[in-house]
Amino acid sequence: MDEILQVKGITKRFDDIVVFENLNLTVKKGEVVVIVGPSGCGKSTFLRCLNALEDIQEGEITLDGESINRNKKDISRIREKIGMVFQSYDLFPHLTILQNITLAPVKVKKRPKAEAEKEALELLERVGLLSKKDNYPRQLSGGQKQRVAIVRALIMHPEILLFDEVTAALDPEMVKEVLDVVLSLAKEGRTMIIVTHEMQFARAAADRMIFIDGGRIVEEGKPKDFFENPKTERLQKFLQTFTYDDEK
Amino acid sequence: MGFDVLLKGNNMMRLLEGVGVALKISLISVVISIVLGVVIGVLLALKRPVITAVFRAYLEIVRIMPQMVLLFIVYFGTTKALGLNLSAEAASIIVFSFWGTAEMADLVRGALAGIPVIQYEGSVSLGMNTFQTYRYVIVPQIIRRMIPLSINLITRMIKTTSLVMMIGIVEVLKVGQQIIEANRKSSPDAAFGVFATVFLLYFLACWPISMLSKYLEKKWEN
Ligand SMILES: Nc1ncnc2c1ncn2[C@@H]1O[C@H](COP(=O)(O)OP(=O)(O)OP(=O)(O)O)[C@@H](O)[C@H]1O
Ligand SMILES: [Mg+2]
Repeated sequence: MDEILQVKGITKRFDDIVVFENLNLTVKKGEVVVIVGPSGCGKSTFLRCLNALEDIQEGEITLDGESINRNKKDISRIREKIGMVFQSYDLFPHLTILQNITLAPVKVKKRPKAEAEKEALELLERVGLLSKKDNYPRQLSGGQKQRVAIVRALIMHPEILLFDEVTAALDPEMVKEVLDVVLSLAKEGRTMIIVTHEMQFARAAADRMIFIDGGRIVEEGKPKDFFENPKTERLQKFLQTFTYDDEK
Repeated sequence: MGFDVLLKGNNMMRLLEGVGVALKISLISVVISIVLGVVIGVLLALKRPVITAVFRAYLEIVRIMPQMVLLFIVYFGTTKALGLNLSAEAASIIVFSFWGTAEMADLVRGALAGIPVIQYEGSVSLGMNTFQTYRYVIVPQIIRRMIPLSINLITRMIKTTSLVMMIGIVEVLKVGQQIIEANRKSSPDAAFGVFATVFLLYFLACWPISMLSKYLEKKWEN
């Protein structure tokens, strides 16, 4: 039983708008799943359901066999095991970088401050931001902020990491510094679900690709097959929007 | 130039007493405004249409009506309409709290609305519960936003109260009322004349001081 996350037939509606219906997904320990799909197809909503930031109308989501439900009393305890990094910056503006990172381990996990700080500094060094530890978020570039956000998730030792287009709000020259960090995490065997529009990165990071469109999983597969031999016409069309060729 | 009035009798003492009363009135009003303002501001953050609409109207009234007009309404209005004998001090506290509460509630509402949803979501995503999220993430940010704005409001309240007090609202209003009462029979238009005179007095006193405060505000900005 090395399946960590199980999504069983979930349906998400906003009032009468159906975002997705009867969606199934199983993620194994150490697996990196990359989700792509057209804008508005529900990728963010899906990740937010996994973290119980959104409720679901039907189906069930379990992490380690424990049901994830927004109204559960101990939802905070389950969320500890799920690290999430958002597209928009969400660092706490009134805290320094170091305080941003150590807040949750100290307050939630009740770890000694010195120990949490030690780990925070090691992680900051790993993403090349040790020198920024006493700065405030507003003094950092977008790419630096996202790397701190990743560290802030990592220090909770989550069992699964969710990334929602973490580079979509960045200037092009900062995209790589962030994706390099995500890629290195993928390579060290962490369990991750990544939503992205960066196809080259997706191909390098993914163990499994998933294409969502019209509220369903239209196609999934190994990155090589997914990108080189897409089976469905919809995926072919979608992938074409990312290529440029000379023929008009 | 009228400065000699200050030297006559105990006028200077009365003026200073007026300032003391003004400070007392503003302090009481500020405390009432902060307490009620925070409560109403939090209620407004719930975004219930009825509460919002009522508050909007309240805020508009407070912003459109000069405090002086409100003072007259409360001071004379309660005596006339309700038969209450309100002291000038009590009337001032009611008016300044009425004003301060509206402004304070709007500040609290604005500060709460200004915290992006992503701050709540980022916090709970780290496993923080609702209490921890407010205690460590939301409230510190609200306080940081509120402090400069509240200080600005409080100084405005104190300034305005002192303006009103420095020219002796207690005296002016009392005397004004006495004149009106005494001359009700012989000269029914006394109210107009008295109010016009009071208005002129207020204007003469407020205008230079308001210029000075504008100048000081500019100077302290940097
Ligand atoms: N709170 C909400 N209320 C109503 N509808 C919503 C809400 N949040 C999202 N939606 C709708 O749900 C659908 C999916 O949105 P979502 O943000 O999950 O798409 P996405 O795939 O992440 O898109 P993008 O690639 O642009 O980020 C959209 O049609 C969106 O308008
Ligand atoms: Mg999205």
